[in-house]
Amino acid sequence: MSRTSGRPDPVLMILVLFLTAFGLVTLYSTGSYNGEVRFGDAFYYVKKQFFAAALGLLAMYLIGRMDYHIFEKYAAAGYVLSLVLSGLVLLVGDSYNGSKRWLSIGPLSFQPSEFAKLAVILFLARMVSRQKKKRNSFFNLILVVGMVLPIVALVGTNNLSTAVIILGIAVIVVFVSDRRYMQFVWMGAAGVGFLAVFLGMESYRLERLAIWKNPEAYEKGYQTIQGLYAIGSGGLFGKGLGESIQKLGFVPEAQNDMIFSIICEELGYVGASLLVLIFLILIWRFMVIAVHAADLFGALIAAGAMGHIAIQVILNIAVVTNTIPNTGITLPFISYGGTSVLFLLSEMGIVLSVSRCQTGKKYI
Amino acid sequence: MNIKTFHRKKIVVVFAVCALAMTGLIGRLGYLMLEKSEYYSQKAQSLHERERDIKAARGKILDCNGKVLADNRTVCTISVIHSQIEEPERVIEVLAAELGISEEKIRKSVEKNSSIERIKTNVDKETGDRIREYDLAGVKVDEDYKRYYPYGSLASKVLGFTGSDNQGIVGLEVQYEEILKGTDGQILTMTDARGVELPDEGEGRKEPIPGKNLVLSIDVNLQEYAEQAAYRALEQKQADSVSVILMRPKTGEILAMVNVPEFDLNDPFTISGSTDGMMEQEILDARNQMWRNGCINDTYEPGSTFKIITASAALEEGVVTTADTFQCPGFKIVDDRRIRCHKTTGHGTETFVQGVMNSCNPVFIEVGLRLGVDNFYKYFEQFGLLEKTGIDLPGEAATIMHKKENMGQVELATVSFGQSFQITPIQLAATVSSLINGGHRVTPHFGVEIREDDGTLLGTFSYGEGRQIVSAEVSETMRMILEKVVSEGGGKKAYIEGYHIGGKTATSETLPRSANQYISSFLGFAPAEDPQVLGLCIINHPQGVYYGGTICAPVMRDIFENILPYLGIEEEETQNDSGL
Repeated sequence: MSRTSGRPDPVLMILVLFLTAFGLVTLYSTGSYNGEVRFGDAFYYVKKQFFAAALGLLAMYLIGRMDYHIFEKYAAAGYVLSLVLSGLVLLVGDSYNGSKRWLSIGPLSFQPSEFAKLAVILFLARMVSRQKKKRNSFFNLILVVGMVLPIVALVGTNNLSTAVIILGIAVIVVFVSDRRYMQFVWMGAAGVGFLAVFLGMESYRLERLAIWKNPEAYEKGYQTIQGLYAIGSGGLFGKGLGESIQKLGFVPEAQNDMIFSIICEELGYVGASLLVLIFLILIWRFMVIAVHAADLFGALIAAGAMGHIAIQVILNIAVVTNTIPNTGITLPFISYGGTSVLFLLSEMGIVLSVSRCQTGKKYI
Repeated sequence: MNIKTFHRKKIVVVFAVCALAMTGLIGRLGYLMLEKSEYYSQKAQSLHERERDIKAARGKILDCNGKVLADNRTVCTISVIHSQIEEPERVIEVLAAELGISEEKIRKSVEKNSSIERIKTNVDKETGDRIREYDLAGVKVDEDYKRYYPYGSLASKVLGFTGSDNQGIVGLEVQYEEILKGTDGQILTMTDARGVELPDEGEGRKEPIPGKNLVLSIDVNLQEYAEQAAYRALEQKQADSVSVILMRPKTGEILAMVNVPEFDLNDPFTISGSTDGMMEQEILDARNQMWRNGCINDTYEPGSTFKIITASAALEEGVVTTADTFQCPGFKIVDDRRIRCHKTTGHGTETFVQGVMNSCNPVFIEVGLRLGVDNFYKYFEQFGLLEKTGIDLPGEAATIMHKKENMGQVELATVSFGQSFQITPIQLAATVSSLINGGHRVTPHFGVEIREDDGTLLGTFSYGEGRQIVSAEVSETMRMILEKVVSEGGGKKAYIEGYHIGGKTATSETLPRSANQYISSFLGFAPAEDPQVLGLCIINHPQGVYYGGTICAPVMRDIFENILPYLGIEEEETQNDSGL
């Protein structure tokens, strides 16, 4: 197998830079009203995000130049660190909007669950790629998934959506590493069954389903409805960048989970579809990098990152369009969140590093 | 471990699943943003838009000389916008103090989470300006119009008044609502979620269209004079009410319509006298009573003034001539009934003309019987007495008359001299007008024209060419006979030197007869040869002397004496018999 130690993937780099820049512009458009109203500063959110993005780009550049095999050594330690931080947030975390998700160090605040996603990708990639022999494969499956359960449980205490994403990433990594398909079909069926029981157990979860079906009938459907108003208002070409009305306090926290609805309102169906398409190209790039990776560790990192971005994009847009019941998931690179952007860009750095060591063969 | 082919396959599978999901979402977006775009845009639009009405000014009501009878005054509407209020306590305190509303009531509105809550309307402009000067966030002072009647109670029961939303409630205000009300305008503004107006978003503004001005046939000068005369009679006779109608017999235009006591149009809900111990319903009834226009809404037994109609019918049918002679022994027996004449000693031998001058009941009974039920009913209908007059005021009462099949000789006899049935005063005035104007039926009315503020004529009301109800000859004969009633007969107290005035008096006992209550009236017109004005004066339940010829004729004389020169009806050279 020939290794080509070359340049990082240019398409991925351009896409990431574009998404980061687009994210900042959109965030300014969306968050300026809330920033003005709450903090008297229209640039409040975008300033913080810009700082995090700059830091993230620096990290991406540095990590991109490194050999990703360094992370093989620290993957286990990183995973343990994410466990510690996630445990810590339960004890001394800061609450915002009723959820304890932040650790504060001086003026900086940090969301350990964002770090946990990256740590899980690296940790699983290492564990799976280092397995010497194939054991009883079903047991193997349980074992690998079982390894991430502690972090899923810790994160899930406060942030169910992120826990689901972590679990999803784990399932994708395991799926890629295993030869068979049927097991995963059964697993999927078991997952759906478990979800049904889980939802049925508590009436408030069923209420969420009822709101999903008919958001206009419930007060708690307010956010969903306002998002739909924004999306529908966009029409084919949108109102133009910065022209959204729904962001003026109608869509609550427009700069966060619901930011995609404002993109729809301002840029229309054409703009929103193009954005989805760009994410799709990004994921396609991950796939290309994963398939051409020099070794399984690199392939699983790229596959994990693909799963990570794909799950968040799909779930976020599905929630905003009320395709699935409401749950808090951010849109990668675009939603407000410093920690998220910082670690996403770091993750991109690792994938870029993987892209530098590709087999020369054409698989696709 | 090295990467194997199945790994690569599976990576592609994951990508394929994700690509499928994303394609699905693009489809979903297409549904929401193209298919449902209209629906959601509408919903969002109505959420963003705040509509504020701009009240249209109501049209004025003018008299025939252009004097303003109903005008508009600027008042304010105070509302609060929940989401914009910054100091709720201060808002409550200030509004309670300025508007004189309890703090609890205002608190309820202030704390109600609605887009806009109206606190009080019809606040005078000074108070509105004061509240505006507090500059309280979330408190809106909108200017609005309130009806104002410069003449206070003048023609109150004709004009009517408007309610809190400036809509007509009674009288001409409700009759001509569509013309007067205009179309409200709207200010459309876009707001953010807190209700703060967005300066950049173009303010949609629909200008209000003011109502049109209504020009009446009423003449303030005549109305005022007639009202003064009516009040004098009301006081002198301690009567319950006095009504005066002045109209043009040829066109049906009403120059004045008085129903004293009138009420204050600028304060129409206050009942004169104490309301202590009155139930809610009693107060409502008292108000309705106060607002009633007796000339139109109430019927009465016309009594002897109706003899004009019987005489016209008989002359038209040819069952009597002016020269026919009658015998009056003081009564007449019809079937088994002995019907008295008001002069119990009898009028003796008299011509038909003298019978009218004497208002002799046996003469009219005889004439009525000569007509017979069929003919009588025919003329009753032909003269328009079975229908409403069609006057442009709401609530006109219908005639209460015997059914033809129930009419026997006794009923016929009593109807002939104006008893045992009821009509409205306006019906009497309109019918007599029609009989003396050459014989064509007129529709009594107030509305003449619609004009804009600058005087531009927008339209003229047409009441149609009335049908001929009696021949011109009979009409002329009637004018001659009725002139004699005033110059020589029972109406001589209405005689004015230099004028030829026609007329007829009446006195009728109201039901129940045992109460010994009367309605006295006089109907006159001038000049007798070519009537320009017809007047009807009715005194309801006078104390003391109650004969129409004694108490009503002088009232009409007084009015005519003053208004005839004003109307340009010249005094004639009196033929002084002495010739010296």
